[in-house]
Amino acid sequence: MGDRSVSDRLKDFEEVDMGLSQEEAIEEASRCLQCKKPGCVDGCPVNIDIPAFIALIANGDFIGAASSIREQNLLPAICGRVCPQETQCEELCILGKKETPIRIGQLERFAADQERNKGLTVPARKPKTGKRVAVIGSGPAGIVAAGELAKDGHDVVLFESLHTPGGVLTYGIPSFRLPKDVVKAEIDLILAMGVDLKLNHLVGRTVSPDELEGFDAVLLGTGAGLPYFMGIPGENLSGVYSANEFLTRVNLMHAERFPEYDTPIARLSRVVVVGGGNVAMDAARTARRMGAKVTLVYRRREEDLPARAAEVHHAKEEGVEIFTCANPVKILGEQSVTGIECIRMKMCQLDNGGRPVPEPVEGDTFTLDCDIVILAIGQGPNPVLVSQIKGVEKGRAGNVVTGEDGRTSHPKIFAAGDVTTGAATVILAMGGAKQAARSITAMFGN
Amino acid sequence: MYIIEKSLKLSENVYEIWVNAPHVTRNAKAGQFVIIRTDEKGERIPLTISCISGDLVRIIFMAVGKTTHALAAIPAGGSISDIAGPLGTPSEIKQYGTCVLVGGGVGIASTPVIAKALKEAGNRVIGILGARNANFLILEDEMAEICDELLIATDDGSKGHHGFAADLLKKKIDEEQVNAVWIIGPTIMMKVTSNATRDKGIKTFVSLNPIMVDGTGMCGSCRCVVGGKTKFACVDGPEFDAHEVDFDNLMQRQRYYMEHEKEALSTWQEHQCTCGRHE
Ligand SMILES: Cc1cc2nc3c(=O)[nH]c(=O)nc-3n(C[C@H](O)[C@H](O)[C@H](O)COP(=O)(O)OP(=O)(O)OC[C@H]3O[C@@H](n4cnc5c(N)ncnc54)[C@H](O)[C@@H]3O)c2cc1C
Ligand SMILES: Cc1cc2nc3c(=O)[nH]c(=O)nc-3n(C[C@H](O)[C@H](O)[C@H](O)COP(=O)(O)OP(=O)(O)OC[C@H]3O[C@@H](n4cnc5c(N)ncnc54)[C@H](O)[C@@H]3O)c2cc1C
Ligand code: SF4
Ligand code: SF4
Ligand code: FES
Repeated sequence: MGDRSVSDRLKDFEEVDMGLSQEEAIEEASRCLQCKKPGCVDGCPVNIDIPAFIALIANGDFIGAASSIREQNLLPAICGRVCPQETQCEELCILGKKETPIRIGQLERFAADQERNKGLTVPARKPKTGKRVAVIGSGPAGIVAAGELAKDGHDVVLFESLHTPGGVLTYGIPSFRLPKDVVKAEIDLILAMGVDLKLNHLVGRTVSPDELEGFDAVLLGTGAGLPYFMGIPGENLSGVYSANEFLTRVNLMHAERFPEYDTPIARLSRVVVVGGGNVAMDAARTARRMGAKVTLVYRRREEDLPARAAEVHHAKEEGVEIFTCANPVKILGEQSVTGIECIRMKMCQLDNGGRPVPEPVEGDTFTLDCDIVILAIGQGPNPVLVSQIKGVEKGRAGNVVTGEDGRTSHPKIFAAGDVTTGAATVILAMGGAKQAARSITAMFGN
Repeated sequence: MYIIEKSLKLSENVYEIWVNAPHVTRNAKAGQFVIIRTDEKGERIPLTISCISGDLVRIIFMAVGKTTHALAAIPAGGSISDIAGPLGTPSEIKQYGTCVLVGGGVGIASTPVIAKALKEAGNRVIGILGARNANFLILEDEMAEICDELLIATDDGSKGHHGFAADLLKKKIDEEQVNAVWIIGPTIMMKVTSNATRDKGIKTFVSLNPIMVDGTGMCGSCRCVVGGKTKFACVDGPEFDAHEVDFDNLMQRQRYYMEHEKEALSTWQEHQCTCGRHE
């Protein structure tokens, strides 16, 4: 069905991509070659049996397809929407070599949406083991771990500091990419397995690290929610937001509907977003929907933008102006922001990742007038809890070090998601969570 | 849902509520705060923990805008949708010797918990309470009971010293050896009062109240400049070394939503009890 028209979608926060119709889904599924050694499966971090579910869609058994996906992926409607498919399953689809790869993400989303419309059934649990596990953080890592552990028969307490579960799925990714009723339905299904969700609990404050000792195992899924700032003059002026604050005010608190909702947000007219990842694109597109003129400033070249190509494309369609090879050096203003001074960057030799190293061109500065600056230059693990937990090895960025199996250096503490990897993806967080849950059940010896 | 067990009016626009929140009371320490949300459309606002009794948290607040007015309007037995906490780093409680706690206006609400903790740690504790006039003075009896000495100042002289709490603090410092000071009140009062201890090099804490959203270190809305560095008041604070704080930056950031706040309050007052958000 494709994307909604730009003029329509700039008027609201409804989903941009309308997904596939039944006919489109069957047609697309019928293109699949049903490879004996499917590359696509290797590209999927949770190894969904892709040919199997696609065959079911081709046969018109949409609910069967969804059940098949659920064996590996507890959040299919979410992953189908936000996975960077083009660098995962779809990149390795054999059809991509000659023509276009199968649109696996769209098919996954389609099956999950069909299933949700019919009504979801709660997965079965194994008999109770009597073991108690604390899962901390209800982002994709925590939610999936809680679901897997509940399935294995353990008693799971899921702690979340905010008043709503979901982590970045709820407060970060905007509803025009990931509708909140989709998130809620998938999370509710997991909670319905008997997970004891405790909202408004900031572990490390509400619950002490000592109290965690009372559980048979602990899984850290606290994410990478600490926003980085640049350390440039003017950064603490009013009107300078971290992308996290800006997106949280809108996605979680609905500031775009002030005063119906109580949380305010600045009246936006000219916005500069700093950064080039998915977070920057989300902030820019959100600001566009609130009526602002939006310029995005990125220090490397356009082809180096770390955001998904589709998001860059959507942002441009929606009128976000992208200014590459420039970096802010100073935010201007007396009380609140009036502009941002940037320096042009030249690209030098390539770094280890094959991206050019940007270097400022001395003296070559220019100023953009604006009243809001949104910084989307990255996030690190939130130290509130991690810094208090003893016996767990940490990496340089304050991340928790784990093996492939999700074990930390503490025998009873496991970790998964962004708290281990730094800001990454939903599906990697889920993959890690499944591993860690498996290791916990193995440790219990059942 | 969390039940408000008691609700009373202390003075014009100042209210006291007791919320049933065992998860907060279990580990709450002096100097910490909670974040509450009254209902599904509500804002998350930070309020200091002013006393703990069993499962109940006492909060004392001034009705200044939409959320605090709405909170004041909830009768005993009513409820709020969320209370998260305890949040923030607790006060640095240890044996200092003689400590002075200066509370200004509704900032007095924060002082009893800290005074009690300092007392238990073996300090001599002097309280100084300042208010606009005698009617705005809160928690006088409670503080008198905890403190070794309690001094009062009112702007109009209707009770105690005619003038500012800062005057009494200066006098006290001249009279006897003071080892640590807490100053909690409106930002401008904290800025001015903390000058009294600056030259003497007396360790002085202030409790900052920037605008917050999550209160968990995730958004940076609460960032303050302390010792030239950016700190997140909700996790690194809210208490900081008074002599290192950039108060002007804090006041500038606090004012950012002033127009919104006026609009929210007037919309609420117009719609009160017809909007379907109250019982
Ligand atoms: C704006 C934005 C857009 C993104 N877009 C995409 C995308 O399109 N595709 C994609 O794959 N990835 C995307 N990502 C990245 C992806 O969202 C993350 O990698 C993923 O959410 C990580 O999951 P997690 O469970 O590890 O952490 P989070 O989702 O961060 O969840 C952590 C949870 O733990 C809670 N918490 C933290 N500390 C505590 C504590 N001490 N006690 C209790 N609770 C605590 C937090 O409140 C939060 O709810 C995006 C990220 C952002 C910010
Ligand atoms: C750590 C901390 C502890 C606090 N403790 C108390 C207390 O014990 N008693 C008390 O009366 N007040 C306290 N405050 C201030 C209280 O949070 C604000 O008065 C309240 O948020 C006002 O909300 P409102 O909607 O009624 O008013 P609004 O009309 O929204 O605002 C009125 C004033 O409150 C400030 N404010 C608004 N929203 C916020 C927010 N989300 N976070 C912080 N400040 C905000 C504004 O800068 C403005 O000056 C504390 C603040 C902090 C940060
Ligand atoms: S979960 Fe992601 S990577 Fe795996 S099949 Fe679905 S879209 Fe592809
Ligand atoms: S690689 Fe492509 S064609 Fe082959 S099974 Fe996977 S999706 Fe189908
Ligand atoms: S209030 Fe969000 S980081 Fe402090």
